[in-house]
Amino acid sequence: MNNQPIILAFCCHYCAYAAADMAGSMRLQYPANVRVLRFPCTGKIEENYLLAAFEQGVDGVIVAGCLEGGCHFLEGNLRARKRVGRAKQFLSEAGVEQERLEMFNLSSAEGPRFAEIVREMSDRIAPLGPSPLRKNQSAMNAGIAALEKQTELAIQGGRK
Amino acid sequence: MIVADRKKIPEIRDMVKGHDRVLLVGCGTCVTVCLAGGERETGLIGSALRMSLKLIGREAVTVHECTIERQCEDAFIDVLAQRVGEYDAICSLGCGAGVQALAERFPGKAVYPGLNTQFIGILESQGVWTEKCAACGNCKLGQYFGICPITRCAKRQLNGPCGGSRGGKCEVSDSTDCAWQLIYERAKSLDKVQVLDSLMPAQDWSTSNDGGARKVVREDQCIAGMGPKA
Repeated sequence: MNNQPIILAFCCHYCAYAAADMAGSMRLQYPANVRVLRFPCTGKIEENYLLAAFEQGVDGVIVAGCLEGGCHFLEGNLRARKRVGRAKQFLSEAGVEQERLEMFNLSSAEGPRFAEIVREMSDRIAPLGPSPLRKNQSAMNAGIAALEKQTELAIQGGRK
Repeated sequence: MIVADRKKIPEIRDMVKGHDRVLLVGCGTCVTVCLAGGERETGLIGSALRMSLKLIGREAVTVHECTIERQCEDAFIDVLAQRVGEYDAICSLGCGAGVQALAERFPGKAVYPGLNTQFIGILESQGVWTEKCAACGNCKLGQYFGICPITRCAKRQLNGPCGGSRGGKCEVSDSTDCAWQLIYERAKSLDKVQVLDSLMPAQDWSTSNDGGARKVVREDQCIAGMGPKA
């Protein structure tokens, strides 16, 4: 594990997830400490998922949805942008730098843009230092795994 | 319904930071509908509160969340009773009635409010709630065609608009309708404008903020020996 910020990327299946896949296929280089969570749409992302990620001690969170006007579910990405704004408000009140959270829009054809977004966020978060909320690496990994499971269950409608 | 909004996290944190175990209690009724203190909001506030406590060096404070169907009725608080023993403080995300119901039920626990209760109102449009009733205890909506001047006129005028009514809006704010413009238009559409010619006497406030907390008693519903508390 290197000293780069640990970032969770909440990605829409129809755009950012495919773009991340393309970035890999293109052998593009970007900071390795990003973990991708796939959602059927950024509109499925609840504010409490974002706060939970920070509570577990990640250094930053990216929410990546389709270009505005291009959402597969019409306005999921627009709702996500509002939710990201509200989650930032909560973070700010709690004393966490709201720069650690950002929403981006891109299309599935933009592999290079995905790599650029990760680099941009990594560069933005690095000067802020590691999250003061992180206990230790293993606790955070367990927390992220729990969050992955929670979001997966939510996506499936709670079915096991 | 009762409309409320949440307190800022630092205010809640400062209230509970001296305790070791805190239970955040959401309410599944009015404040869920106005998106202030339901299950989802309770989770969000809990998460932000834990982070905030940790960042001021009070990581040792345990914050758990739960939501009950209705905080303002003792029967619904029953489901909470067993759990409350594990905590030394409760932060209620109910309205003022909910906070006080919990405080009465659990006399040995510190109880704090997580919301600011605002008013009795309705959903005007998605995300916007408006005050409609001042609970004055002396309803005059019949005389005003269903529009309450006590609540909706900034000056609570009972006999027509003031000089600050401009283009249907109140001088207090461009986003506030003039209640008297609404009353007049409604009277006109019902062909009853002449009703407004009669002079209304001053409001009797003895049924409102007078003589302490009000009480409604239905003797026929009281159980023998368990009448209204003195």
